Amino acid sequence: MSNFSLYLLVPLAPLLGAILAGLFGKVLGRAWSHRVTIALVAVSFFASLRIFQDVLDGHTFNGAVYQWMTSGDISLEVGFLIDHLTVLMMLVVTFVSLMVHIYTIGYMEEDDGYQRFFSYISLFTFSMLMLVMANNFMQLFFGWEAVGLVSYLLIGFWFKRETAIYANLKAFLVNRVGDFGFLLGIGLILMVFGSLDYATVFASAASHANDMAPIPGVSWNMMTAICILLFIGAMGKSAQFPLHVWLPDSMEGPTPISALIHAATMVTAGIFMVSRMSPLFELSDTALSFVMVIGAITALFMGFLGIIQNDIKRVVAYSTLSQLGYMTCALGASAYSVAIFHLMTHAFFKALLFLAAGSVIIGMHHDQDIRNMGGLRKYMPITWITFLIGTLALIGTPFLSGFYSKDSIIEAVEASGLPVKDFVYIALRMGVFVTAFYSFRLYFLVFHGTERFGKAHHDHHGDHADEEVAADHHHGLAPGQKPHESSWVVTLPLVLLAIPSLAIGYFTIEPILYGSFLKDAIHVIGSHPAMAELAEEFHGPAAKALASVFDSTLWFAISGVVMAWFFYLKRPDIPEKIKQRFHGIYTVLERKYGFDEFNDWFFAGGARLVSRFLWQFGDVKMIDGMMVNGTARLVGMCSGIVRRFQTGYIYHYAFSMIIGVFVLLSIRELIG
Amino acid sequence: MILGMPVLSVVIWLPIVFGILVLATGDDRNAQTARIIALVGAVLGFLVSLPLYTGFDSGTSAMQFGELSSWIPRFNIHYHLGVDGISMLFVLLNSFFTPLVVIAGWNVIEKRVAQYMAAFLIMSGLVNGVFASLDAMLFYVFWEAMLIPMFIIIGVWGGPNRVYAAVKFFLYTLLGSLLMLVALLYLYNQSGGSFEILDYHEMAIPMTAQILVFIAFFMAFSVKVPMFPVHTWLPDAHVEAPTGGSVILAAIMLKVGAYGFIRFSMPIAPDASHKLAGVMIALSLIAVVYIGLVALMQTDMKKLVAYSSISHMGFVTLGFFIFNAYGMEGALLQMISHGFVSGALFLCIGVMYDRMHSRNIADYGGVANTMPVFAALFMLFAMANSGLPGTSGFVGEFMVIMGAIKANFWYAFFAASTLIFGAAYTLWMYKRVVFGAVANHHVAELKDITLREKLVLGILALTVLGMGLYPLPFSEIMHASVNDLLVHVARSKL
Repeated sequence: MSNFSLYLLVPLAPLLGAILAGLFGKVLGRAWSHRVTIALVAVSFFASLRIFQDVLDGHTFNGAVYQWMTSGDISLEVGFLIDHLTVLMMLVVTFVSLMVHIYTIGYMEEDDGYQRFFSYISLFTFSMLMLVMANNFMQLFFGWEAVGLVSYLLIGFWFKRETAIYANLKAFLVNRVGDFGFLLGIGLILMVFGSLDYATVFASAASHANDMAPIPGVSWNMMTAICILLFIGAMGKSAQFPLHVWLPDSMEGPTPISALIHAATMVTAGIFMVSRMSPLFELSDTALSFVMVIGAITALFMGFLGIIQNDIKRVVAYSTLSQLGYMTCALGASAYSVAIFHLMTHAFFKALLFLAAGSVIIGMHHDQDIRNMGGLRKYMPITWITFLIGTLALIGTPFLSGFYSKDSIIEAVEASGLPVKDFVYIALRMGVFVTAFYSFRLYFLVFHGTERFGKAHHDHHGDHADEEVAADHHHGLAPGQKPHESSWVVTLPLVLLAIPSLAIGYFTIEPILYGSFLKDAIHVIGSHPAMAELAEEFHGPAAKALASVFDSTLWFAISGVVMAWFFYLKRPDIPEKIKQRFHGIYTVLERKYGFDEFNDWFFAGGARLVSRFLWQFGDVKMIDGMMVNGTARLVGMCSGIVRRFQTGYIYHYAFSMIIGVFVLLSIRELIG
Repeated sequence: MILGMPVLSVVIWLPIVFGILVLATGDDRNAQTARIIALVGAVLGFLVSLPLYTGFDSGTSAMQFGELSSWIPRFNIHYHLGVDGISMLFVLLNSFFTPLVVIAGWNVIEKRVAQYMAAFLIMSGLVNGVFASLDAMLFYVFWEAMLIPMFIIIGVWGGPNRVYAAVKFFLYTLLGSLLMLVALLYLYNQSGGSFEILDYHEMAIPMTAQILVFIAFFMAFSVKVPMFPVHTWLPDAHVEAPTGGSVILAAIMLKVGAYGFIRFSMPIAPDASHKLAGVMIALSLIAVVYIGLVALMQTDMKKLVAYSSISHMGFVTLGFFIFNAYGMEGALLQMISHGFVSGALFLCIGVMYDRMHSRNIADYGGVANTMPVFAALFMLFAMANSGLPGTSGFVGEFMVIMGAIKANFWYAFFAASTLIFGAAYTLWMYKRVVFGAVANHHVAELKDITLREKLVLGILALTVLGMGLYPLPFSEIMHASVNDLLVHVARSKL
């Protein structure tokens, strides 16, 4: 098979799966729907592997698939750029997607929307692949919006639940705010470069480095304007402060998609995009500083929120926000390869954590409240071990994948030359402590300590929409009932994801960060020294892990773990006391710094108010009331007056005629 | 001429002849016959319009399929027809929609079936006449004539407040049209007695006269588009019109106004167009932002989609008056796409109205539970209305925004706000109507769409997706004509 058809096969196979399961799901039945979609995603994964081999051999590709449209002097195309960065993303996306497809068989077993769900996740895989394989900005935007659409459909998968359909609308609209900036950024690029092709734009980017932005009324550097506008798009998709608000709510969707879309792949699209645009971002230190500060705020402050959550998925969601913040900081430090590296390791261990959390949720009969768990390690050994591996990777345990990527981010920020780096560096190191604390709080509360399940419980937050399920005792464990380990379709993906979570960092840090793997895809200019400095200090993965003992970062993490142990296993009474003592802070965290309230009040409420005003005052009162009906009334009034003369009596008419003649004659006399 | 037939005349008169045939079936005892004849006529009408596309030479901006014969020699009025790469697309769009509204009204309309079907067929022919006329008087006659069937459709098959709506619609548009007639008579005099539109394109006109001519045309066309602030007839007309009437109103009638700008205002009065472009752009942006916001709080689905139409048409006029190829072609693509999408949305609302007899958003909730196939199709059209890439709704908006940014960044800034508002009002409505638990027993008793409805919505779904994924055939055909138009607009006539 030629390379080109192989490239086509990668996105089209899942698309076919989506169409088959979506349109013919009834005919295919449940079993065949999942068989078909899984087989096609597997095809896509193996084709990606084959392309990976190919790319390693130096066969990259940049070309059009078809011409989408022409207008004026431009030709817009759908095309692929297959290089090292693309193929890495393709592997991550198809692998995690494959795992999630398999896992779904177990997780969605009882759901009525089984085929629909498979159709959606295959469609998502297609969209995400089109996004990462794009060779131009327009297709990037295509993929960008398409993954947003599928995310919208999947968050609202249980569309009977009011919270779910609130969350999906919110997610879509917040993302649209980001896309608003993104589209304007693309517009500026087209205007300045006269093309939307990556290659053309990147090639001439440097020559525009000192241009002023063609924006009347402001005097900004053009690259700064373009990059910040593009980054606003990334802030929406990758849930960066202050556009992060949609991601925690997106947990209303079924757990498999929380893993696939809202942890491993879609939310990292922004990180990928900025890395892909490195030739542009490198030209603006202002934009990079902006990126780094936003990332640091997200990394630290979203971590705090993870500490007080009681919903197992929400803890992991806030952890995702925080980790996305880390990646963003790496971008700001011009360490794009490190961001991509963390993106990859994070995809594995965070997908693992979500899927393991899902397994716990199955075991708990769709009870997600960690206050009702405890001691689960006895009942769910595979879930337990894999969850522990994921947690250890997340907090940066030496030798595990997360360690290599996260530690490199912190070092890169330290080595960055940007003036904001001190603040960012402190925030990220504090973040390490916070991450370790909330991660192990979750771990201890779920898998260790006293068994708190099987009692009457409060505050359901189940994962099923059907009223029957929500209403009856299926929801959560009945008294005396014990959790049980999930079936193999659930645990197999956990094991398969645990392996890269453990090992992939160790084996790939050298080629990805310091080797030549990404050198053609990512462009760093000489005045940004972070990567060069990191390379100097790097003496192999083992040495790096051993050296971390002397690095305070590791001790931040360890103290976080110890503190979690002390608070939640040793002295479980303390957190309650702290909560009462620091009630103010707790409330701020519980209300998520008040962003949701503010957005609801200011943006949603404000828009409704303005809307009602414009409609009732502008349209109804002014235009219709005064202009349209007013004119009608005026005409009516005039004709009412005129009508009085039309009496029907001949002598009236004769009289007015005579008067008229006299008037006309008089006027003539006066003028003449 | 194809196969010895004057294609444009056939495209215009065949539906009208069939319309008269349908009328001849008489009262509702022969309703089924009327429907069948109407369907045959509508489908034939579409088929005979296809040679316009297949036989079209996209390499030239000249008028094609020309027909010229004398009509009223005394005033030098001719029966002169011809299409270029712009008007041809709208003839096709119009002929494409006629069978769809005939099928959509198949057994929904039970009273005066023959008259209903005939009105649509006759209107279809008249609208084709508007797009194909190259003689200003002929244009004017078609233009005024096409109001009559629409007036009847709203006034006879409309809702409870139909008389107010029909009269508002009629007066609003008639007032504007009269000023156009004055402008045409002025041009007739200036040109030394010619009603040839193409002659006007080349004719020198002093600035003051250009501005007056532009304003006169503006009165006629802005009402039809409709532009802010002469838009308030549209929501009322839509609310009262039967489904088919709304579909044609949104998909076709609004395009006639926008078409007027590029056939008359811009090439005839280019200097005035440039001088007044600022006003036009401002009104367009007000339409996009203001009307987008107004749409948000609508409680009636049809009103919401009507306001959404006005907002989307704001993109069209914006695209015209930034005078570049991206904007112009984007605007034309937006017109076509808006035809598909708003037509489909009105059909969707019609599907629900036929079952529930309500257009109130508050009366719905959880429709997806009982009508899953419908919900999926409706979702597609809602997304297209929000301008999602991959649907036709994206193409025009994207190109207009790209064009606007060339003219002035802030135009694009305000235009792009539709990304947020458009999604907000469309998806919020979708959420309240389709998602959620079953709201009441009426929703619980809903039956999913029938084969007939599936056919209509399915065809539109394929069109919306097809144009979104592959707009090249649409854009390619208009390049030469758009370039010619831009050349005309750039050339001073003073």
